[in-house]
Amino acid sequence: MFEDIRLSAAIAAGKAAGLASRVLGRGGGTTLPGVVARRLDPSVLRRLATRLPDGTVIVAGTNGKTTTTRMLASILEVDGRRVLHNRAGANLLSGLTSTVLDGASLRGKLGAQIGLFETDEAALPDVLGETLPRLVLLHNLFRDQLDRYGEVDTIARKWRVALEQLPATSTVLLNADDPATADLGMGLRAQVQYYGLEDTRHGGGATNMADSQFCQRCGAPYHYSTTFYAHIGHYTCPGCGHSRPAPQFRLERLELDGTQASRLLITYPGGALDFTLPLPGLYNALNALAAIAATIKLGAKPAAARNTLERFSAAFGRIERIDAGGQPLFIALIKNPVGASETVRMLTQASAVAQPTTDDQSTIRPQPSALSPQPSALFQPPAPGLDLLIAINDRHADGTDVSWLWDADFEQLAGSARQVLVSGTRAEDMALRLKYAGVDPTRIGVEPTLAAALDQALAQLPADQTLYTLPTYTAMLELRQELVRRGWARPFWED
Amino acid sequence: MIRIAHLYPEHMNIYGDRGNIIALSQRCHWRGIETQLVPVGIGSSIDWGKIDLAFFGGGQDSGQALIARDLVTRLGASLKAAIDDGLVVLAICGGYQLLGHYFLTHTGEKLPGIGAMDLHTVGGTKRMIGNIVVETEGLGLGARGWGLGAKRSSGGVPSSQPLTPSPLLVGFENHSGQTYLGPGVQPLGRVLAGFGNNGEDGSEGAVYQNTIGCYMHGSLLPKNPQLADELIRRALLRRYGRAELAPLDDTLELRAQQAMIARVTR
Repeated sequence: MFEDIRLSAAIAAGKAAGLASRVLGRGGGTTLPGVVARRLDPSVLRRLATRLPDGTVIVAGTNGKTTTTRMLASILEVDGRRVLHNRAGANLLSGLTSTVLDGASLRGKLGAQIGLFETDEAALPDVLGETLPRLVLLHNLFRDQLDRYGEVDTIARKWRVALEQLPATSTVLLNADDPATADLGMGLRAQVQYYGLEDTRHGGGATNMADSQFCQRCGAPYHYSTTFYAHIGHYTCPGCGHSRPAPQFRLERLELDGTQASRLLITYPGGALDFTLPLPGLYNALNALAAIAATIKLGAKPAAARNTLERFSAAFGRIERIDAGGQPLFIALIKNPVGASETVRMLTQASAVAQPTTDDQSTIRPQPSALSPQPSALFQPPAPGLDLLIAINDRHADGTDVSWLWDADFEQLAGSARQVLVSGTRAEDMALRLKYAGVDPTRIGVEPTLAAALDQALAQLPADQTLYTLPTYTAMLELRQELVRRGWARPFWED
Repeated sequence: MIRIAHLYPEHMNIYGDRGNIIALSQRCHWRGIETQLVPVGIGSSIDWGKIDLAFFGGGQDSGQALIARDLVTRLGASLKAAIDDGLVVLAICGGYQLLGHYFLTHTGEKLPGIGAMDLHTVGGTKRMIGNIVVETEGLGLGARGWGLGAKRSSGGVPSSQPLTPSPLLVGFENHSGQTYLGPGVQPLGRVLAGFGNNGEDGSEGAVYQNTIGCYMHGSLLPKNPQLADELIRRALLRRYGRAELAPLDDTLELRAQQAMIARVTR
C-alpha cells in the first residue's frame, strides 16, 4: 500500500514537472519528469515497465538506433499494437522513465501494450536491469564521443556483463556484420538471432575507422572477404576459425538510388519481402533490415512492415527534407566518424550519379534496375557539385572532443563540393579539416553563428539546387529551432 | 622526398591521430615535397635508416596491449638506437607512453616500454579529459632548437588579430595515465589550460633529441602548423643537410588555433 502511494506520488510529481516545463516554454519536457519521479521512487521505471502486457523492446547501437526504433514503432502501430515509444529521442534512464510516465495514469495504469525504447550506449546496462526486456536489438558499435563513452571495447565489455543476466525467455538480436555486436552472442542464456547484409556488391567502403577488427576470442586480426564500411562486413578469424555467424534475417539484394530511396529484398525463415524504402544510403537499408528482423521476432505481420516502410520518413533531423521558403533543404545528422563518412559517401555517390560527364554518359547515368520500377523523381537534374552547410558543435551532447573529424572520410568531398559553409562552435576546426581533405579553400566559408550561416548558404544557393546540411546533434536542434522560428518546420515534440 | 613511418596504424588509430599523418603529407605535398608513407604493423620489418619521420598515435587499451609486446621485443632496440641517433619522431598518448621506461598499472604490474625517453607512466583512476593549451616558450626548447615561433601573439578576437606563428600548442587530451619525466628529457611545454603529463607538475609532453612525445590529440599538427613544419624541416635537414620550407597560407590553421586559445585562456 505504501509502495503504491509512493509510486502514485512519483507519477504525479513527474507529470507536474513535465507540464510546468512545457508551460514555461522549456521544450517538450522529455527528461525532467523522469528525473523528478525517480527521485521520489527510484523503482518507478521498473514497476511501470514490467506492467506492459507485451513487454519491452530495447534498441541500442552507435548509429541508426533512432531511425530503427522509429521504423519498428510505426510497423507495430500499423500491425495494431498500442506502443509506448521514446519518440523524442530522450534515451537515458530519465528519458525512458519520462516516456513511461507520459503513458501512465496517476494510478500507474498503462494504455500501451508494448514498450519500445531506443537506449544510449552507456545507459544500456542499467536499462536492461530495470526493464527486463523481451527483445534486445544491438545494431552496431563504433567509436563515438570517446570523451564521454570511452573506448569501444570498454562499452562492449559492459554490454556483455548486462546481457549475461538476461533469462532464456529474452531474445537478443544482433548485427552479424559487426563483430563488436555479433561476438556478444556467444555464451548467453537468452535466445540469440542474427541479421546481416548478403549483397557483397556493396563492399569497398572506408576502412580506416575499424574499431573491432581483432578476434574477440584469440586477438588475431579478422580476415575480411568483404568490408561494407568501417568494421562492418564478412569476416573470419585465421587464428581460431571463429567467423561471422550465418544470419537468419538476410538483406539479399540492395539497390541504392541516390539521396532518395533504396530497393530491398529481405529473406527470413519462412518468407521474403521486396520493397522500396524512401530513404537513401546503405546504413538506412541496414536500419530497415534490423527493424524487420525485430518485427518478425515480435510476431507482427511482415506485410505491415513492408507497407509501413514503403512510406516511412525518418526522425527529425536524421534525414529530413524541408522547404526553406522555396529552397530545398536536406538535413542529415552527423555525430561520429563512421556515420559522417557514410552520409558523405551517400551524398557524393548521389551527386556523381546526378552529374553525367559529356564524354561518358552511358556508364555514369543511373541504370534503373530490373528490381526497381523508377519513379522519375528519383533522379535530379545534373549539377556541378554539392552545396553544403556543415555545423560542428562541441557541447556535452555532441562530445567535447572534435578529434573525430580527422577520422571521418571528408576526402570524398574534395572533388564534389561546390560551396561549403562551416558553422558551429568548432567551425574553424571543420574548415581546417576540409582544407586538409583537399577541398579548395576558396570554396570554404566560415560563419560560426548558425542562423547567419543559414542565411548565407541559402543566399548563395543556385536555383534548383538543394542545400545539404550536416549538423552535429546540438547544431541540428539549433538549426531546427531556427527553421521552426521561420515557419519552415514543426517543433520536434510535435513530430 | 621524405619517408614517414606510421607505427601500428591498425591498432593505434583512434582519437583522430590520423590527422597528423594527413597534415604532414599535405604540407609536404603543397610544397612539392614528395612523401612516402610506410605502415609498420605487427611483424613488419623496418629499416630505420630509410625513415625520415615516424609517427606513433594512441589506441584502445586492448590495441595497445596487443602491439606492446611486438614493439618492445622486436623493434624496441632498433627504434631506441634510431631515436638516439636523431630520428624525427612524434608520439602521442599510448605511443608516447611506450617510448618511456615502463607503465605501472594500478594493480602494480610493470609493463615495459622501449626506454627511448627518460620517463615513466603510472596508471591513474581519474581520466584527464578536455581541451589543452601548452606554452612552449622559455623551457629550454629554444636552446635545443625547438623554437616554435618567436613571440607570443596577444590572443583576443581571432579574426581581428594579425595571425602570427605562436609558441602555443592547442589540443585535446584524454588519458588516465600519469607520466613523470626524468632528467634525460625536457618537457615540451608548460600547461596553460588542461592537465598535461600528470595533472600535477604543470608540464606537458617530453622532448629528447628530435623526438617529441605528448598527450595532445585534436589532431595536433593541423592546428599547430608551426610544429608540423618544424618536424618536416628537421626530417629534411637530417637527410639532406639543408631544409628550406616555402611559406604556406596558414590563415585557416592559425584561426582554428587562436579560436581555441581565446576560448580556453580567457
